[in-house]
Amino acid sequence: MQVPILKQGGYLIASIQSVLSDADLLQLRDSLGDRVGEFRSRGVIIDVTVLDVIDSFATRMLRAIAHMLKLRGAETVIVGIQPDVAFAMVQLGLTLEGVGTALDLEEGLAYLDTKTKRIPADGN
Amino acid sequence: MKKKPEFKIQNITQPTKPTADYSDPLLRELVSHLRQNRTQLREEWARRITDAQLLTAMTKEEIFSEATSVYDNYVEVLETGSVEALQAYARNLSERIIPRGVETHEVVGIVLLLRDVLARSLFKKYQADFDLLNRVLDAYEPAANRIANTVAVSFVQERERVIRQQQEAIRELSTPVLQVRERLLILPIIGVIDAQRARQLTEQLLRGIRGNRAKVVVVDITGVPTIDQIVANHLVKTVEASRLMGASVIITGLSAEIAQILVTIGVDLSKMNAVGDLQGGIEEAERLLGYKVIISQEPLSLKEPKL
Repeated sequence: MQVPILKQGGYLIASIQSVLSDADLLQLRDSLGDRVGEFRSRGVIIDVTVLDVIDSFATRMLRAIAHMLKLRGAETVIVGIQPDVAFAMVQLGLTLEGVGTALDLEEGLAYLDTKTKRIPADGN
Repeated sequence: MKKKPEFKIQNITQPTKPTADYSDPLLRELVSHLRQNRTQLREEWARRITDAQLLTAMTKEEIFSEATSVYDNYVEVLETGSVEALQAYARNLSERIIPRGVETHEVVGIVLLLRDVLARSLFKKYQADFDLLNRVLDAYEPAANRIANTVAVSFVQERERVIRQQQEAIRELSTPVLQVRERLLILPIIGVIDAQRARQLTEQLLRGIRGNRAKVVVVDITGVPTIDQIVANHLVKTVEASRLMGASVIITGLSAEIAQILVTIGVDLSKMNAVGDLQGGIEEAERLLGYKVIISQEPLSLKEPKL
């Protein structure tokens, strides 16, 4: 199940529509890696609102994606983690350490705006 | 998880003879004796209750009135062998007297006193014939035990029901999630937190973050006397879960005792953003959200209401 990736200005938005298999997650990682280069995106939003469960593999993948994208010059923010999912994750000790998180799409965009503030080339 | 003890009505003594046959002529005679001497036995019982300083929460008239009902129910059980009416009465009585502060030992005490009063009146009546007395007691004993048991257990069950109800009420009261500014929530906690409350707290908070789109939450524990390791860990998890939802948590009002407990337990303090008191916490939260509070004009005079 391919995750649709939309372009919003300098950002990419990956909107997860249904439960992802491990293979889907790997594919997502590859797609994002390619697109960030293709569109020179500064930020990526991964929307997990739909997911009831985020297990340890998914957590590791999301962290790996964020780190990989950072190396390619893009900030990542995960949005839409539901209360029950957040609770379950911390119970199992799955923290998205080092990855940005925000409540929803709107917040995610605001987060990226702050994080990716560019210093103008002339130093003003 | 601890198993809740279950109360079942059961015979507390093993009679040496088979349990009373309720068509037994002896039992019928016994019942008629109790009916004939109703006035005098009731009065004696009420007197002994007062002498033993039981039911001090009730007036003499109330005691006599309840004594009458209990007596009549008692005799009815002896007559019919069915405890249903007695159970219903006992529950009803318990509902009325528990809020008045009547204790379990008082209820058990008065039932045993009645047992004694009735037994003695039987001794008196049949003292001439020891053999007959024995047979009367054989008929009386199991029924009397059953009655005492029924009343005591009904009372205790009612108490437990009230306690559960009160616990639920306390639980619901104590964890409101309040929005004080756009994107800013306050969660004031009062009283002792146990593992279950902690869990409920977290769920409420996370739902509150989603519902109010909060970016900052101030959790105030000024009103919490102490916490243990389980709850402390839970607090840390709550902070982490909130972060996953894009909100920061500021914890305020930690007493010196709780602060020491957290250090001793070895809680990862880097994960906790703690500020001394609620005022400080709100100020920090406003700062994080980009609010600036300034006085823009003279405070309105409180003496002259604007019409």
